[in-house]
Amino acid sequence: MIPRPLDRIVARLLGRAGPLPQPRIAGPMAALIAIMVFLSVLAGAAGLGLAGTSSALDRQMAGRVTIQIVAADPAVRAAEAAAAEAVVRRLPQALSVARVPDSEVASLVQPWLGTLGNDLPLPALIDVELADGGVPTLRRALRPVAPSALIDEHARWLGPVNRLVSALSGLAGALVLLIGIATAATVVLAARGALDTHRGTVEVLHLLGATDRQIARLFERRFALDALLGGVAGFLAGVAVLLMLGRLVVAVRSDLLGTTVSSGSGFALLLTVPLAAALVATVSARMTILRVLRRML
Amino acid sequence: MADIVQFENVGLRYGAGGETLSDLSLSLEAGGFYFLTGPSGAGKTSMLKLLYVAQRPSRGVIRLFGEDVVTMPRAELPALRRRIGVVFQDFRLVPHLSAFDNVALPLRLAGMDDDAVAASVHEMLDWVGLTDRAAARPATLSGGEQQRVAIARAVIARPELLIADEPTGNVDPEMANRLLHLFDGLNALGTTVLIATHDLHLMGHVPRARTLRLARGRVSDPVGALRHPPRVRA
Ligand SMILES: Nc1ncnc2c1ncn2[C@@H]1O[C@H](COP(=O)(O)OP(=O)(O)OP(=O)(O)O)[C@@H](O)[C@H]1O
Ligand SMILES: [Mg+2]
Repeated sequence: MIPRPLDRIVARLLGRAGPLPQPRIAGPMAALIAIMVFLSVLAGAAGLGLAGTSSALDRQMAGRVTIQIVAADPAVRAAEAAAAEAVVRRLPQALSVARVPDSEVASLVQPWLGTLGNDLPLPALIDVELADGGVPTLRRALRPVAPSALIDEHARWLGPVNRLVSALSGLAGALVLLIGIATAATVVLAARGALDTHRGTVEVLHLLGATDRQIARLFERRFALDALLGGVAGFLAGVAVLLMLGRLVVAVRSDLLGTTVSSGSGFALLLTVPLAAALVATVSARMTILRVLRRML
Repeated sequence: MADIVQFENVGLRYGAGGETLSDLSLSLEAGGFYFLTGPSGAGKTSMLKLLYVAQRPSRGVIRLFGEDVVTMPRAELPALRRRIGVVFQDFRLVPHLSAFDNVALPLRLAGMDDDAVAASVHEMLDWVGLTDRAAARPATLSGGEQQRVAIARAVIARPELLIADEPTGNVDPEMANRLLHLFDGLNALGTTVLIATHDLHLMGHVPRARTLRLARGRVSDPVGALRHPPRVRA
């Protein structure tokens, strides 16, 4: 065990009067950690939001299909559409079925074809939401009643979007990791610098019988405190920015963006960022200092 | 009486060049009072550094308290060093700490509680006449005051071995006598004392003290004070 009074010497040794640190904004170390934590919070929030969007897309797409009845003869088409709708409604896997009114189909193509579309045979559309793995069953059920039916799975055309969103989410996670590594590397350099600055004192402490741990403790404390201070500042700044972004997102009313920011559990997860930063800083500082001390006599 | 320090054929070489210390063989008895003299540059400080393990010898064997310090693992050095008090020639006070906190260092490193530390340190500062300078940083102390802080720090934990490198170089003769009394008293309580000094006058004040002379890296024994260990090699 490290004797408690040593904390006090250490505090003084490191330029703090008394057992409690003076209320001053800590040095460049704290500023650096603040910036790193700020960036990590933003990247982390983006990553969490995108992951949320991705799983929302998954949920929305899974099982969504549109049946197109493309028979050219309007009478055949109408008959196949009615039969298909009836068959699908009886499928246990069909969670919801909705015939898209012909007028709506016409209005969908109208911007491209104008009134020309009125004379064209437009397919009949039926939107279906299927339970997992319902597509083959649907295909089998449709074949006898509606030979001209095409099944359009939403997952097929939203898939690339979803892959992009997941990739971006992974990238955000990787950024957080990289920022963490950069922070650790900087702390290592800073710890070496601090040890160099106080080399004379460290030597004397050694000669007076201080153990490496006792000496490392002195430095570690400083780094832990700075990191915690910087971490909290960076976190608050990051959250403030996120809340502001959140309000802008709400104003946009987009389904895709809606899930990105501001859930309680998301913020709780982000709270681990400053804590992790303090931990990374403390551990890197300790390891660096112990390693350097071991090379001294 | 047991030997507290043993040197066998110790040599020390800094980098390239010749040996600063050569074939040093000597032993110091526990409870003894020794002066180490010799011209400037003879290697007194170097020899003391070997003793408080700030430096490993290039060759030879050094035993402290019966333990071989040359091969001793780093992890065991702190415990060994706490049994030794050192007054460095250049004081080596911690610049950020007050006189009080510098003197308190050995006690705090050993885990003594605050009240006991305060009592001891105040008594010690009183002894060296620095009570009213307790709160001063080393940079604001005179050379002699710094030296007294260094001495107070070296003796406060009642070390078994006290090593002092020119401990009276910066104080007036009266204070020098007072400090010698301090060492003498400590010696009477059982601490082995080794003082490197040029001050012949000072040496005359402790009649029972024995004197080692270092000259060009070799120790001579003008008054037969040393008990050389049996030669290991023919
Ligand atoms: N760290 C070092 N590196 C290289 N040479 C050194 C080192 N320390 C001491 N020396 C050399 O070793 C020799 C002995 O030095 P040392 O300090 O032991 O002498 P000293 O007897 O204590 O002298 P003084 O009475 O002036 O204090 C000197 O020639 C010195 O230059
Ligand atoms: Mg010297």
